[in-house]
Amino acid sequence: MTDVAQTSGTYTLPRRRSKLEKLIQNVSFWRGVTAIAVFLGMWEVGSRIDEWFGEAYTVPFVGLIPPPSAVFLAWLEIAPSAGYWMSWVESFKRVLAGFIVAMIVGIPFGLALAVNKYFRALFFPPFEILRPIPPLAWVPASLIFWPTNEMSIAFVTFLGAFFTVVINVLGGARTIDIRYLRAAQSMGANQWDLFSKIILPGTLPSIFTGAAVGMGITWEVVLAAEMISGGGTQGGGGLGFFIWNSYMGGSLEQIIVGMISIGIAGYLSSSTIRAVGEWFMPWKRMF
Amino acid sequence: MQTQYETAGKASGTARAHQARVVLRNVSKSYGDEWAIQEVVKNISVELTPGELTVMVGPSGCGKSTLVNLIAGFERPDSGEILIDGRKVTGPGKDRMVVFQETALIPWQTTYQNVVFGPKLRGDMGGKELQQEAESLLTKVGLYEFMHKYPTQLSGGMQRRAELARALINKPSILIMDEPFRGLDAMSRGLMQEFFLRLFEENRRTNLFVTSEIDEAIFLADRLVVLSNRPATVCKVIDIKLPRPRHYTMLSSQEAYEYKREAMSILHDEAMKSFKSGVSADYADFANQPHA
Repeated sequence: MTDVAQTSGTYTLPRRRSKLEKLIQNVSFWRGVTAIAVFLGMWEVGSRIDEWFGEAYTVPFVGLIPPPSAVFLAWLEIAPSAGYWMSWVESFKRVLAGFIVAMIVGIPFGLALAVNKYFRALFFPPFEILRPIPPLAWVPASLIFWPTNEMSIAFVTFLGAFFTVVINVLGGARTIDIRYLRAAQSMGANQWDLFSKIILPGTLPSIFTGAAVGMGITWEVVLAAEMISGGGTQGGGGLGFFIWNSYMGGSLEQIIVGMISIGIAGYLSSSTIRAVGEWFMPWKRMF
Repeated sequence: MQTQYETAGKASGTARAHQARVVLRNVSKSYGDEWAIQEVVKNISVELTPGELTVMVGPSGCGKSTLVNLIAGFERPDSGEILIDGRKVTGPGKDRMVVFQETALIPWQTTYQNVVFGPKLRGDMGGKELQQEAESLLTKVGLYEFMHKYPTQLSGGMQRRAELARALINKPSILIMDEPFRGLDAMSRGLMQEFFLRLFEENRRTNLFVTSEIDEAIFLADRLVVLSNRPATVCKVIDIKLPRPRHYTMLSSQEAYEYKREAMSILHDEAMKSFKSGVSADYADFANQPHA
């Protein structure tokens, strides 16, 4: 009988709640659910008004796209096909490849810019000139640089995350309170201690902010790159191509299935980063 | 006076801390380049007597924190020298611990991790011994139950006490407090002052306490160094002969009142100087009329 209230002394301790129970009893969870339900309901009604009252009453924008019920039916149709899920896998692979390389190169680069003034003087100006160039402007150059389409896409996604990661790491490391460094110095910290015990943990929040923003940009870039590169034998497929293909095939329902799939994929990616961030930074989870 | 200190030390049974002598000789410091030079500390010569609590009081923005940074070794003076037991200060060291304005506890370390940070870095205290030392210090400052909390989970007063523990575990021969109780509400500020005095009176470490609050200064000090407006110079050194152990009721004594009056008149003149230099013509009357 583990779910009866445990008594200790004269106090009655509340029974430990499971994660699911906590979720069900959480008010903001239900607010979220309600918001999504209302949104879907309005969309459904909005896009069906012309069916019920005639063409003259077509609602702008929403009236031009299929209702969520039709989109859901379209999804049920596509869901069993391996091709649809392969698009997920393809896009995820590209996003992850670009993102991980951007983190591996960007974090040390940003930290080096922050801690060494000579390095900063040398590399920051060219970095700042390259940074405003949108990743998609790199596509033609990238196609020339790399032998395969796949590598070109990976390079462009890498650029999307790289600049954001670097600028966040640099900013985060430069704004660490000097008193932490001074306190550590008085207590006998050497250069490596200062870096590993103060600068690196102090930059973690910015690293995760950079990662979350970078991840978002990576998804944008991957989708655009996939639409551009098309569904050839190499460098094709992915959710971007799925949308493009549906557009060519004239299936509005499938386009929306693709769009929502990307939304969910992006949400999964950013929640993963948040969860990892919380695990890495226990001092940020309060109370 | 002297005998009183000794009994205070013996009564509590704590080992006496090493009491360093700090000498500042003609110390000056300015910032900026030759085009816009800003003198912050000008020709200061003052001595922190071993085992005494020296309080520096001065108008805000007068260069007190710069003086702290110089003694702590975070910055170098442009001219003059700072000697600790005869040795010249060339950089920060564990013999001088600073408790900073507001809190400088490291946010990603728990209270316990913050306290053991120094000894762990240097590796000069073993595992079990360090743990015992840290726990006894945390008990002393009343944070034993909170040692696994992060700094942001502590109240302002608790953060200052944690910082005191973090400084004391390094057994400094000088404790430097840079407006440590600023930002606390009046109630916790009063409690912290009394707590800090008890710690000090227990083993009389050489102590420099910097503040802009005159009451706080008189309540704590053995010697009161009154600083001028920027650039900071020493206006006057006042020996505060209130008996120890101190109690807050002493602040309302005639003696304390006389000290306060003396220090206030100097500080007021100094504050008025800076006020005059920045005042518009409309208020010139106010600035020129005699006060105090």
